[in-house]
Amino acid sequence: MGGYILKRLISAVPVLLGITVIVFAIMALIPGDPATAILGSYATPENVARLNRELGLDRPLVSQYFIWLGNLVQGDFGRSFALNRPVLDEVLERFSATLVLAGAAFVLCALLGIAAGVVSAARQYGAADKAITVAVILGISVPSFFLGMMMILVFAVRLRWLPVSGMYEIYGGGDLRDLLRHLAMPALALSVVATGVIARLTRAAMLEVLRQDFIRTARAKGVGEGRVIWGHALRAAMVSVIPVLGIQAGFVLSGAVYIEIVFQWPGIGRMLVDAILKRDILLVQGGVVFVAACYVFFNILVDVAQSVLDPRIRT
Amino acid sequence: MSFTTLSRRGFGLLTAALLATSALTAPALAETPPGVLVVGQIAEPQSLDPHAVTAVNDFRILMNVYDGLVRYRPGTLEVEPALATAWEISEDGTVYTFTLREGVTFHDGSAFDAEAVVFNFDRMLKDDHPYHDTGPFPLSFFFSAVKSVEAVDAKTVTFTLNEPYAPFLSNLAYPTGLIVSPAAVQAHGKEFGRHPSGTGPFKFAEWRANEAVVVEKNPGYWDGEAALQAVIYRPITDANTRVAEMLAGGIDLMVEVPPTALSQFRGDAFKVAEQAGPHLWFLILNAKDGPFADKRVRQAANYAINKEALVNDVLEGTAAVAAGPTPPAFAWAYNEALSPYPYDPEKARALLAEAGAEGAELTFYVTEGGSGMLDPVAMGTAIQADLAAVGLTVKIETYEWNTFLGKVNPGLEGKADMAEMAWMTNDPDTLPFLALRTDAWPDKGGFNSGYYSNPKVDELLEAARVSTDQSERARLYKEMQEIVHDDAPWVFVANWKQNAVTSAAVQGFALEPSFFLLLKNVSKD
Repeated sequence: MGGYILKRLISAVPVLLGITVIVFAIMALIPGDPATAILGSYATPENVARLNRELGLDRPLVSQYFIWLGNLVQGDFGRSFALNRPVLDEVLERFSATLVLAGAAFVLCALLGIAAGVVSAARQYGAADKAITVAVILGISVPSFFLGMMMILVFAVRLRWLPVSGMYEIYGGGDLRDLLRHLAMPALALSVVATGVIARLTRAAMLEVLRQDFIRTARAKGVGEGRVIWGHALRAAMVSVIPVLGIQAGFVLSGAVYIEIVFQWPGIGRMLVDAILKRDILLVQGGVVFVAACYVFFNILVDVAQSVLDPRIRT
Repeated sequence: MSFTTLSRRGFGLLTAALLATSALTAPALAETPPGVLVVGQIAEPQSLDPHAVTAVNDFRILMNVYDGLVRYRPGTLEVEPALATAWEISEDGTVYTFTLREGVTFHDGSAFDAEAVVFNFDRMLKDDHPYHDTGPFPLSFFFSAVKSVEAVDAKTVTFTLNEPYAPFLSNLAYPTGLIVSPAAVQAHGKEFGRHPSGTGPFKFAEWRANEAVVVEKNPGYWDGEAALQAVIYRPITDANTRVAEMLAGGIDLMVEVPPTALSQFRGDAFKVAEQAGPHLWFLILNAKDGPFADKRVRQAANYAINKEALVNDVLEGTAAVAAGPTPPAFAWAYNEALSPYPYDPEKARALLAEAGAEGAELTFYVTEGGSGMLDPVAMGTAIQADLAAVGLTVKIETYEWNTFLGKVNPGLEGKADMAEMAWMTNDPDTLPFLALRTDAWPDKGGFNSGYYSNPKVDELLEAARVSTDQSERARLYKEMQEIVHDDAPWVFVANWKQNAVTSAAVQGFALEPSFFLLLKNVSKD
């Protein structure tokens, strides 16, 4: 077992190295440089050259890459030009904010999606099914940032129930209740599309299961309809729903960028967009490498977990 | 209008309309206590070290935390004493001797004196200074004329310049000239930008990354205490979200209100402030190759473009039509006699015919955004239509801002005939000196991307830079403006009016022509 884990960890090294090369090359190849972005109107060739020298960007690209990589291996992600603070501090803070948002959205879409799908299937072609189907189609079709803006107008500007933007109250606050009040709209807006997808698939999977013999048997034995649906049928349907949940988790995480902009959520998506526009090279590189490393290790974790459940995978 | 064809602009209008509807039904009520002002900023600050930053967004905080030796007199771009009570300029214009204000201390308790001034400029300008590595200092070239800074005694400091340099005093009033606490730099090193200490009316309290910068009243401020207890700066990058926060009472003051959103703040619940600033939006014309090498064609472009329509319809009145290369905000240096090229397509056609440039094809660089660029895509499209109306075929190429600068700054030769550009400066010298002289062609390190060249203009600008007599400088600038207006190296389009909205509870707020945000005299009920 230990050997298998070690093997998987070693296999991750070339993947991560490849990522560092790609992200470094992309930042080197896109037009515009940090000195020009910082100086703006004052970017004379002379000023750009001077600033590049102070930022260490006048060295050959290959040596820049190895200096960066060498520091990275020692856990030093460098300093952001545009924020004037260590890249790692910024990345960790922003990544955890994104995890909170995406995590909440994921829980919402899983709960709501499955519940809607089950109700839909249980009342096939009934009023509830039709209402849910219409709502789901609408949810899938409306762009999440547009929905987010409309929610702001209704619940924050007009009704004043919820704050417009941010993660915590600017004055006072800072507790869990405060976080939840700020989280409600962005998490809901982010979860809507995924909720629709999950509801559709759960409905299909449930209908498939409800036609099977063991359901008829359960009903014939006199098991209550509620238990048949939520116990027997849902459990069987989950086999095909769970992989969809996995895909939607990734979708929610990447869709967070738009929502982070609309609701000013201090997440990593917004951070990367800002950093790219400002040509904040080290922050972009550090952010991408960090997120990529998280994905790689999450995959290893899944593989290891599966190998625990099914020893055949290890070979 | 189907969803797929709903443009960004259309979408913005729709949002604005919906926001307006809700503004009618919901009264504004501020959630923060009286005496605490929440300002909606357009981005997270880069740093609170005034020597390390370049963005106006950061200046809005810094100008309230620090003082310079001099500052702009309220409502003008002329300097008056601040941390220096008086100064003398040597006969030849190369030695400036400042007398410093007594009894001023930094927020960290250390004393403000001549040594502190020397430290500030040496840190920025000398590579071997022990704290030079707390930079980089991107705008230190504002003081590249400074040869040395010396403390004569505790209350006297002299600046010796390489050569006479007239913009020196107004550069000292710019944020790059603000004075930081040497003790705080020594204590925090590279982290000074997050632990700032100055002498200003507000002192730094807290910086919660991506959430807020908080500054508090500095009791015993030398120029009278601030009326507010504290100011909270919130970064809200999305303009629509900023508008929503203003309507919902989440912020008390917002700057850079989108033109389409301004109308919904015209009620009793809000106050709108507007102020023209030292800004110019123009088109660089390639005077080296292509049709614009002919002065008549350049003038034709100035006649053909309907600038009134641009500022009133595209920019919704948030800018004024520009007459020449110098913005009217530089009141003392502005030539009142100039008037904008009128919108006259007939005259444009006649000039084009005279020059044999009818039906010419032009390449036009347009940017998607960028500092001071206002609404560049919509403006570029309107300009394209105006030029088409006089028979010019304009091909637009659109680039993201940094890419755009990378294309325009090295010069337009062989690539394009015209390009959008905007500048915001603090001295009438800066823009023409860097972008109109022959010695400012791109290959010589300047911004004259259209290769305009007129020896008389060169001569006037060189003379104005070394004169320390303001009336003499004014005369030279006014003459320069007349020549440049006639030569038309640019299409002079617009001078931006900066705007801000405050809630009704905010009193005593005014915008400055410098575009700085000064909050000392602001109060909130």
